[in-house]
Amino acid sequence: MATSFHGVGAAVAALSSSPSNSFDSKKLLCSPRRSFPVRKGASFVVARSDGSVNFDLNPKARRAQQLIVNAVATKSDSSPASSSSKPGHELLLFEALREGLEEEMDRDPRVCVMGEDVGHYGGSYKVTRGLAEKFGDLRVLDTPIAENSFTGMGIGAAMTGLRPVVEGMNMGFLLLAFNQISNNCGMLHYTSGGQFTIPIVIRGPGGVGRQLGAEHSQRLESYFQSIPGIQMVACSTPYNAKGLMKAAIRSENPVILFEHVLLYNLKERIPDEDYICNLEEAEMVRPGEHVTILTYSRMRYHVMQAAKTLVNKGYDPEVIDIRSLKPFDLHTIGNSVKKTHRVLIVEECMRTGGIGASLTAAVTENFHDYLDAPIMCLSSQDVPTPYAGTLEEWTVVQPAQIVTAVEQLCK
Amino acid sequence: MASAFSATKFAAHPFNTISPTSQNKPLKIPTAASPFLGSTRKLLRLTSQLNLSRRSSGSVFAVSDVVKEKKPTPTPSLLITKGEGLVLYEDMVLGRAFEDMCAQMYYRGKMFGFVHLYNGQEAVSTGFIKLLKQQDSVVSTYRDHVHALSKGVPARAVMSELFGKTTGCCRGQGGSMHMFSSEHNVIGGFAFIGEGIPVATGAAFTSKYKREVLKEADCDHVTLAFFGDGTCNNGQFYECLNMAALWKLPIVFVVENNLWAIGMSHLRATSDPEIYKKGPAFGMPGVHVDGMDVLKVREVAKEAIARARRGEGPTLVECETYRFRGHSLADPDELRDPAEKAHYAARDPIAALKKYLIENNLSGEAELKAIDKKIDELLEDAVEFADESPLPPRSQLLENVFADPKGFGIGPDGRYRCEDPKFTEGTAHV
Repeated sequence: MATSFHGVGAAVAALSSSPSNSFDSKKLLCSPRRSFPVRKGASFVVARSDGSVNFDLNPKARRAQQLIVNAVATKSDSSPASSSSKPGHELLLFEALREGLEEEMDRDPRVCVMGEDVGHYGGSYKVTRGLAEKFGDLRVLDTPIAENSFTGMGIGAAMTGLRPVVEGMNMGFLLLAFNQISNNCGMLHYTSGGQFTIPIVIRGPGGVGRQLGAEHSQRLESYFQSIPGIQMVACSTPYNAKGLMKAAIRSENPVILFEHVLLYNLKERIPDEDYICNLEEAEMVRPGEHVTILTYSRMRYHVMQAAKTLVNKGYDPEVIDIRSLKPFDLHTIGNSVKKTHRVLIVEECMRTGGIGASLTAAVTENFHDYLDAPIMCLSSQDVPTPYAGTLEEWTVVQPAQIVTAVEQLCK
Repeated sequence: MASAFSATKFAAHPFNTISPTSQNKPLKIPTAASPFLGSTRKLLRLTSQLNLSRRSSGSVFAVSDVVKEKKPTPTPSLLITKGEGLVLYEDMVLGRAFEDMCAQMYYRGKMFGFVHLYNGQEAVSTGFIKLLKQQDSVVSTYRDHVHALSKGVPARAVMSELFGKTTGCCRGQGGSMHMFSSEHNVIGGFAFIGEGIPVATGAAFTSKYKREVLKEADCDHVTLAFFGDGTCNNGQFYECLNMAALWKLPIVFVVENNLWAIGMSHLRATSDPEIYKKGPAFGMPGVHVDGMDVLKVREVAKEAIARARRGEGPTLVECETYRFRGHSLADPDELRDPAEKAHYAARDPIAALKKYLIENNLSGEAELKAIDKKIDELLEDAVEFADESPLPPRSQLLENVFADPKGFGIGPDGRYRCEDPKFTEGTAHV
């Protein structure tokens, strides 16, 4: 039940990390031998990042469970070949997104998709493949190339009763929709005095890819984070991709779901039963004692690769995938800081004004007394992402830098 | 008073379906009788030689022909009944009196910020919105008080909103430029020009979706998008014309061309100032109408709204109108030519309707004066209500940011932040 990197095709190549780096996020679920008594009316299971399972979103029940597993598969088990007897099914991250989207579209006829090439083309990253044939051209709407207007159209549709999922073919294109996302998506619930809700999901791939050039390699999460009234989440595994997609669609708030161009072909075994991932929670990837490493999206894999090296060197890093970029899960983060007293943030945003900058401020404000060292934040350089492969590699944080940073922090 | 359609202009591409009669009545180019004031361009007569091959869905029909066909009686028949006439009159007087009261209240320090008044343009709002059902939607701009009133939002609620009181239609959180009402389907109120048009397109999309996907067969809700001449140079306008025509959305794009965008004359900003001509470029009819005449507007609106209800798609209606006051209460309004202002003041829509009602024996001076008085009392009551309403308490600060307040996240103590009592008090720092 390991998550492996499935490098397929030239367009979306595997990450720079080695293929043997795998971890077992699947084990965060409760063992399948436990039966799930279905409470009357509850049609889904919420599997929390700390391993607890709930049938409702009651926060009090969350704290009861302890961490179950060590997520780094140093004691790794089955290879993919023998996994056919295990429960759940294996799929790639883009398929997990599609599965989540399809299940929600089956469940609620008001859920619809809008975006460029989402219909007949099946989505430029295949997330919506097959949906137009199944649900029709109006429910999976191929739009003209007019981001501002079709995002605004999605907002208007959300205000009048639909639940649209708007796809930006690349998150960078949503810069053209900034007017609508900031003024309307974020603010209209407030300026209308609560009269109109905007249950829209805006999703798409972003982040630095494989020599895609400056404009296709942007991190929009740092630009959108100030907008009041929206939530931002970033998925990183097939499991949380499907869970976050479903939670975002079901949420009454506008949610921006950030996917990453290089993560679409990650393979993982995910449960068969219905589940969602809590939008406001962070995910404990690897518990540890020495240092808290906060990360999200693709950098999670760089961190885990560095973690292997660090473990060999005798360090015990605690790795948390913050998942919720806005708002931050200060509970999970805070508990970690209180345990390790050292914080390293590893992100792909640029140094200035990125998620890391906000997270640094939030951790300092809330947990200053618990810190033994200043917070270190590793971000991308404040540079337009160059095309040349070598230069591109140097703009983004690499595992070696993470190892050095932890060594420095733990001195 | 002459029939309403003599001064209506159409952009027609006579490649098919145009009946011979319409060719006897080619496009009416502005003459001295109904000048497109301020135009310095020589407007060429559109000839009938255009032979663009287009999808039949872009066919344009002459509204005047339709109206003529509907009313074959030889005697000039009236366009409205007495009851309808009084409704129109009352609505326009309400709009005018409300805006005048706003100006008074502003200068007395009861409201602040940017307030954009609609004086002079009442015919457009009344002419269109009084034809709508409750479930139809209206999307407007920052000049939205009268659109909200025409749609049915009580004057008390609008006035309270302007005073920033908690009893306002948006709880005081929106203000002059953000009039919303879910009950009356007023979907804004937008401060940036153009940004409401995509939202209107989305509301129209929902209507079509409900009919075709959710199989609510009787859903024929129409959306009206109101915006000005300045907006017609904005990208969102064109993008939405394209999408609305492409998917035949039930929407009417109403251009309130009052010739001025703050201090920028429409002619100085626009390469081709005839906005209605831009409709056929996207495959929808483009109609020009005298926006100072509520009956003419109403006739055009009837057809455009009926078209949308039948599922035939959008219409672009350009209403030639004028604002008697400045762009906002902060605008000294020094750029506009006094002769231009005088010209349009003589075409005051309320005076025109009053004249029509009296001349056609639909009403009398006394009855109309009674309506005036009724509106005055309504407004006095609205101001009093707004004055006495409470200001929003601190506890209102953090409500309504999120529909689901879990969106504020989880605090360090493990509880959702919205469970923190400081949230209900409004003193928490988000």
